[in-house]
Amino acid sequence: MNGPASPGSVLLEAIDLQCERGHRRLFEALSFRVQASQCMHIVGDNGAGKTSLLRILCGLLQPTAGEVRWSGRQIRQARDEYGADLVYVGHLNGVKDDLTAAENLRAWAAIAGLGVGGETIGQALELLAIDRFAHWRAAQLSQGQKRRIALARLTLAPAARVWILDEPFTALDWRGVEILNRLIERHIGKGGAVVLTTHQAWQPPVSVTRLQLGSEAAVAVPPG
Amino acid sequence: MIQALVAVSRRDLLLAIRQRGDVANCLLFFVIVVTMVPLGVGPEKETLRAIAPGVIWVAALLSAILSLGRMFALDYADGTLEQILLSGQPLSLAVLGKIAAHWLVTGAPITALSFLLAAMFDMAAEPSATLAASLLLGTPSLSLIGAVGAALTLGLRGAGVLVTLLVLPLYVPVLVFGAGAVDASAAGLSPAAHLMLLGGMSLGAAALAPWAIAAALRISVE
Repeated sequence: MNGPASPGSVLLEAIDLQCERGHRRLFEALSFRVQASQCMHIVGDNGAGKTSLLRILCGLLQPTAGEVRWSGRQIRQARDEYGADLVYVGHLNGVKDDLTAAENLRAWAAIAGLGVGGETIGQALELLAIDRFAHWRAAQLSQGQKRRIALARLTLAPAARVWILDEPFTALDWRGVEILNRLIERHIGKGGAVVLTTHQAWQPPVSVTRLQLGSEAAVAVPPG
Repeated sequence: MIQALVAVSRRDLLLAIRQRGDVANCLLFFVIVVTMVPLGVGPEKETLRAIAPGVIWVAALLSAILSLGRMFALDYADGTLEQILLSGQPLSLAVLGKIAAHWLVTGAPITALSFLLAAMFDMAAEPSATLAASLLLGTPSLSLIGAVGAALTLGLRGAGVLVTLLVLPLYVPVLVFGAGAVDASAAGLSPAAHLMLLGGMSLGAAALAPWAIAAALRISVE
């Protein structure tokens, strides 16, 4: 298993990424690194390719050129190990309507091979302030509550160092936003890395590196 | 790793229980098709006994095709499929888990019901037993091969028709040997060769299909 990352170690590296979707070239020659304790905020207009970039980083989408490396290895060749080190929360919640909140988390953890017990699930739901709804079917929950179930996964895999979050604040109320900010802060503090996009006026709890998509040269601009 | 396979199966079985209505759909279709045939063809026992294997097998086939729409499409639509892809566990095992659950909910009940339905066609005891055995050995192939089709057509428009076109030619050998086994048994010959071929096809499919399905899922999810 992967131990805590030493500060400065490169967790993810994008090399010369090019992405074409529907005959449009979204970005090309995009290279950057994500290190331990780094939070990268990907910004750009709608359609600039933010979601595509995140999916390429996860390995769900193949870039038309270039590669992504995780801990020095190509993710294509280290899929399962990378998957164990990664938690992805995308646009879709990945929540089954016919299962309760607790059942959803238990199923996800079991499928991921994480040996979590009922108590850990309970704690995860408590952290996201949806423990009251643990035994409600997801179909009966609001969008924001379903989003919280998806985000609760972040607390179930403490060994996963890389978080890739696509618009994680969608549908969250201000309390949910606070909870997620605290989670991100704690994760960064423990040496993890977060790559996220968010349209909302987000006040980051940590210093972020901004990556602008859609401009001529996509370059990582350090904050400040 | 096997735990991940079991975890996927358990989740799918739990969902099947919660979505009873949709699941019962395919079984109901099977039962209705098979029950309607004697009504349409007439009560002539010789005819019924002759057509029974073919009718029951074709109904099983069609019912399997009907059930393919639910195999991956629901997980794809709500994002749980991509989570399975990113779970860090071998995808081919998760796929086997899904197919096992699918078979338990389609092929297994069909095999169990076949005794009852064979009685409706006035089949003798031995051909009935052979029918059940052929379904037991052949329906896993239907689930496995069907899953390949379902994975390849995931998210495409007109997926239903496409899956049928893709999968039906591959189902034909299963149908031929399945119905052939029962015919042989009814004629007093040994169905062993047919049954062994059916079993072999299922084993071969179990060995090869998961890789194909995993690759197809990765492409479909892009």
